[in-house]
Amino acid sequence: NATTSESVSKKKGKTKKVKRKVKHDEAPVQEMEQAEGEETEKKSESGPCFPPTFSVSEIKNKQRRHSMFLKLKEEKRKQKLELKKKKKKERKALGDKAPPKEVPKTIENQRIYDETTVNPEDEEVAFDEGTDEFSAYFNRLTNPKVLITTSDRPRGRTVRFCEQLATVIPHAHVYYRRGLALKRVIPQCVSRGFTYLMVINEDRKVPNGLVLCHLPDGPTAHFKVSNVRLRKEMKRRGKDPTEHVPEVILNNFTTRLGHSIGRMFAALFPHDPQFVGRQVATFHNQRDFIFFRFHRYIFKNEKKVGIQELGPRFTLKLRSLQKGTFDSKFGEYEWVHKRHEMDSSRRKFHL
Amino acid sequence: MAAKSQICSVWLGSETGILKGVSLTKKQAFNFCEMSCMSRDQEVCVMAWGDPHESEVLVGSVNGTVKTFSTDKGIFTATRECGDPSQGRFTGLAVTDSSMITCVESGLLKVWKEGSTETAEVNVGNGVCRMQQNQSQRHRVATGGKENPLKVWDLERPDKPIFTAKNVAHDWLEMRVPVWVRDIGFIPDSDKIVTCTGHHQVCVYDPSTPQRRPVLEAQFGEYPLTALSLPASQGTVVVGNSHGELAILDLRKGLVCGCLKGLAGAVRGLQCHPSLPLVASCGLDRFLRVHSLEDRSLQHKVYLKSRLNCVLLSSRELESSNADVSGDVEEVKAEEEEDEVWDTMETVTEKSKKRAAQKDEATVTGLDGEKKRKLIKKK
Repeated sequence: NATTSESVSKKKGKTKKVKRKVKHDEAPVQEMEQAEGEETEKKSESGPCFPPTFSVSEIKNKQRRHSMFLKLKEEKRKQKLELKKKKKKERKALGDKAPPKEVPKTIENQRIYDETTVNPEDEEVAFDEGTDEFSAYFNRLTNPKVLITTSDRPRGRTVRFCEQLATVIPHAHVYYRRGLALKRVIPQCVSRGFTYLMVINEDRKVPNGLVLCHLPDGPTAHFKVSNVRLRKEMKRRGKDPTEHVPEVILNNFTTRLGHSIGRMFAALFPHDPQFVGRQVATFHNQRDFIFFRFHRYIFKNEKKVGIQELGPRFTLKLRSLQKGTFDSKFGEYEWVHKRHEMDSSRRKFHL
Repeated sequence: MAAKSQICSVWLGSETGILKGVSLTKKQAFNFCEMSCMSRDQEVCVMAWGDPHESEVLVGSVNGTVKTFSTDKGIFTATRECGDPSQGRFTGLAVTDSSMITCVESGLLKVWKEGSTETAEVNVGNGVCRMQQNQSQRHRVATGGKENPLKVWDLERPDKPIFTAKNVAHDWLEMRVPVWVRDIGFIPDSDKIVTCTGHHQVCVYDPSTPQRRPVLEAQFGEYPLTALSLPASQGTVVVGNSHGELAILDLRKGLVCGCLKGLAGAVRGLQCHPSLPLVASCGLDRFLRVHSLEDRSLQHKVYLKSRLNCVLLSSRELESSNADVSGDVEEVKAEEEEDEVWDTMETVTEKSKKRAAQKDEATVTGLDGEKKRKLIKKK
């Protein structure tokens, strides 16, 4: 019986997540009839006449079932509110002696501790970072110069995205791809003094991938791009960004891999931000997704800030980090996202 | 220092120039670095055992020096200039009785005799990726590289290779198959040689037959195979590629037996234990992983903060039990190892000795700032 009622509800296509109680309803036919009979007593909600193994999904009549379910939900909600009120009262009554508020469990709270989390005092990691491919930038020996291009024959959205990115990143130049091979483009970029090559990949008229290659011989990161919002699609946005160098905020890049990626983003922008411009680019990492936002801020007084979002917004997810410049066939990968191995736990993140 | 190096059963060379020793039973990792002069040109390219008793580790760096590290004393005992960086990195390091063999990328293979500065030189061709020594016939070495086919050299007659491999026949488009030998292994108890290539092929050659082409050719994956190792049990080979995929291939049929999961970065170093069915792998994802070959499960995983280039497994791994499940067995074994180590320490009374041992252990790891691994619960 249970299975038939389930299949019935499934066939109807209703996503009625009937909150089945623990007691599985192995109800025989007569119980159902009984239940049907009790239907008439809709008014008495607490239904002492219902047998204990009764469940709402057994009612064959769709409308009645729906109304029963709504009643059930209403009841539950009332109970929940009552409980809440009671707790609040108790808390108020206890005053200072009240136990501390329980912190709800979130996936970020429950994150599995990653052993590669960088300890700020670690010498070895500090040395590693001090002498890696970005050391030239972080020692102020080079200034960033970015070349932005796309996959071959980009459509309007991608083209506009590239133009907007070029306004957000200082010293960025957009070039049309013309079907050139990246391996040939890279030595030319190096000879012209570029430090970054950014290739936006497009699929079905929408940008969906980003290859960020640090130029002299640096790592290449391949990201999946999603949720691209161009300037005209943004609500309540400010005027176009100016030429001032923005500040950069990198949030939550804690692991070793996160550090490498964070440094990659940091090296896109020149060192000294021009605070006159009051512009800030944020790369916020949460659950392995990197959210890019570009804002203009203004301090109204010591404590209050107003922000206006300008510029494009997009989300990135790291797919692979390859050592050396772009060479997807013969290059050595430092990190590759392997879905079946790495995504098996909902609380394990890598960045 | 000495105590720490004596318990290490796995030795790794990193890109920052640090020699790392890991004790899998105690789950601790130690850094052995000379005078804290870490620099990128000290990056370790090759490592080899200095002697059959595995008491010395030879470490070859990018700047052309080969350092000798003594595992008993825990310090670097000797340094030797064996070439300069202009000739490329070391691609192979081997030891025969009283002499050391080094090979660099430009193809210069040198035999350095102990005590004298004269060297015998052989040019093995340009673009060498690997040089490996035959463990049973120590005067034979094999070299191979990019567009440099496999050549086996006998160091007593160094003018011509005793075996040069021939490239496979043209493929189905009648085009020449490119050659890129990445790693070489000698199959024990026979003359055969296994190589893995950058074009995801595994080839087996048999110099005793007149056929110079590979006897067996197998393919795995779509990415260059970077490391290879032969386990104690015959008939199989473990290979790793630049995507972090480790596979066990059967050498009789050329089929994949199974894959070892867990790696996220390119495999730079792979070594099978000489007698136990274990394989240690290290790579660009900064982890050392030890898998069991029988059930392909991960036995140990250790985070070592730099990218790792080479790995050496010592035969003394025999002391650790394969299954970490049997706590009792492990405790007893740990106690034995502990006793060896603590014998060198100051003797205190029996009971407080163990407690003192615990404290000492804690400070030993603390001083180095090493990430303290969870200590095995002592009684």
